[in-house]
Amino acid sequence: MFDTDLSAKQRARLALEDFFADYVACLDEDRLEEWPGFFTEDATYSLFPRENYDSGFPIALFSCTNNRQLQDRITSHRKANIFPFHWNRHIISSLRITALENDKVETTSNYAIFQTRQDGESKLFQVGQARDEIVATSDGLKFKSRTIIYDTSRVQTLFVTPI
Amino acid sequence: MNMMTPNASLVFGDDGTATPYQVYTDQEIYEREQERIYRGKTWSFLALEAELPKEHDFKSTFIGDTPVVVTRTPGGYHAWVNRCIHKGAAVCREHRGNARKFQCVYHQWLYAPNGDLKGVPFQKGAGQTKGMPEDFDKKEHSLPKLRVETYKGLIFATFDHGMESLEEYLGPQMRPYIDRIMCKPTTYLGCLRQYAKSNWKLYFENVKDGYHASLLHLFHNTFNILRVSMSVRSITDERQGMHSVIMTVKDNDDDDGSDYKKNNVASFDENVRLKDPEILRMRQEYDELSTNHIQGIFPSLVLQQIHNTLVCRQILPKGPGEFELIFHFFGYEDDDEELREMRLTQANLVGPAGYVSMEDTEATELVQTAIEPDAKEKSMLLMGQNDPLHGQSLTSEHILRSFWKGYQKIMEL
Repeated sequence: MFDTDLSAKQRARLALEDFFADYVACLDEDRLEEWPGFFTEDATYSLFPRENYDSGFPIALFSCTNNRQLQDRITSHRKANIFPFHWNRHIISSLRITALENDKVETTSNYAIFQTRQDGESKLFQVGQARDEIVATSDGLKFKSRTIIYDTSRVQTLFVTPI
Repeated sequence: MNMMTPNASLVFGDDGTATPYQVYTDQEIYEREQERIYRGKTWSFLALEAELPKEHDFKSTFIGDTPVVVTRTPGGYHAWVNRCIHKGAAVCREHRGNARKFQCVYHQWLYAPNGDLKGVPFQKGAGQTKGMPEDFDKKEHSLPKLRVETYKGLIFATFDHGMESLEEYLGPQMRPYIDRIMCKPTTYLGCLRQYAKSNWKLYFENVKDGYHASLLHLFHNTFNILRVSMSVRSITDERQGMHSVIMTVKDNDDDDGSDYKKNNVASFDENVRLKDPEILRMRQEYDELSTNHIQGIFPSLVLQQIHNTLVCRQILPKGPGEFELIFHFFGYEDDDEELREMRLTQANLVGPAGYVSMEDTEATELVQTAIEPDAKEKSMLLMGQNDPLHGQSLTSEHILRSFWKGYQKIMEL
């Protein structure tokens, strides 16, 4: 039998697993308009190539310092930017809780994104690690910060859809 | 190396007006480019001096598809082909670092940072066994050395030791524009890499192609961002016609330098506005106010100022149908905290995920995919052909025609 007397950390993990599953579903199902809703108003979101991150170089591939900038990215994605038609599929694993407070957790997780374009071939688009700060709000869990360090430093064609 | 005969079926349009698609797809032409262009009479960008701030710093990169290492020594910058003279293994295996010597891991042949051979294990043999022939003299051997010169913080190298100086190569039309951006000591902010399945020249053309700017990149139009009236400069160098600069310049400085005004012009969708326009806030840094300064230095560099983003884009061909593009971001040593933050925020405009630049590689891939099956066909580059004001036009394709004329010459096609 499973031990039903869960620790706070185990309860947090269960909530986080739902949260990440919802997050990934939003992106993979192309409901991008809902994506900023997973973040607090003052959230930061940035993607760094590992080579910059490890060397202390501050340039990011894509960065937002508040929720309005996340929304602008989606508006631009939908209305302005031109890119290969594609579907992303996220695989998230090895979720670790690195800090746990009452209403805040810090986590790291690995991710892989497979991208399928119109020719029907699926290719590994990017792998890396996410370092997240997630807070409990009256409106559910939200990212307060999401920092992604990607290993796949060569961006294939271009990067437009958030991960 | 064998120099093949130019393909007789290659027919260019008069005056650079048409390019046979074969130049984007053909392996033999690609190899000829490596020989004539990248290992020939050109200077290629290697690094910003700011990437090698300390003595003995090095960086491993490429010129064309040849692996090259650039080093900084007390005696200056050096560059050599990253290939051990013994068995041909790559000597330097790291992207960047600091080293006083370079040792091939395969048989531990040792080189100085200037490429000189310094050590050969068991050169004199061991015990009863003989090593290298007795007349082998390390001093007579080195890694293949390139000639290196710098211009205003940019490091270039050439394989051709009889080449004109870098300054002459850049020429009097291009140098003032480089001087404009490289006006003071720079600091390196990091790089972003992008990989496109298309020929490298499609990208080099793209930065000479002002015509596509507002047609492919729809960011400004979509968000109803009206630019104040700007005039255009679109010029080539007079030496080879292979370098170019396209610049949008504000004629008078009667406002605060912010390039954008709240506008009332009807657009497709009046309601689309940036929720956070911070990304467009621009600080005037130079006497002449320009939002876009895009300068292609043949064959491997695009120097760029877009708003407050400063970038050296390095083009690395990887076969006829692929290239890597590296965006090297920089600022100035004397940037204040706010300006540094602005450069980081505005990095969202450019690079592989840039609001106003991401489309370029999609466009070059659309071309590559469509031309590959029918490489005998040609492009049509007629825009502005009879326009006497082409130097002030964004839509004229005169810089592209100039490029193709220069290309035919250097390639002897």
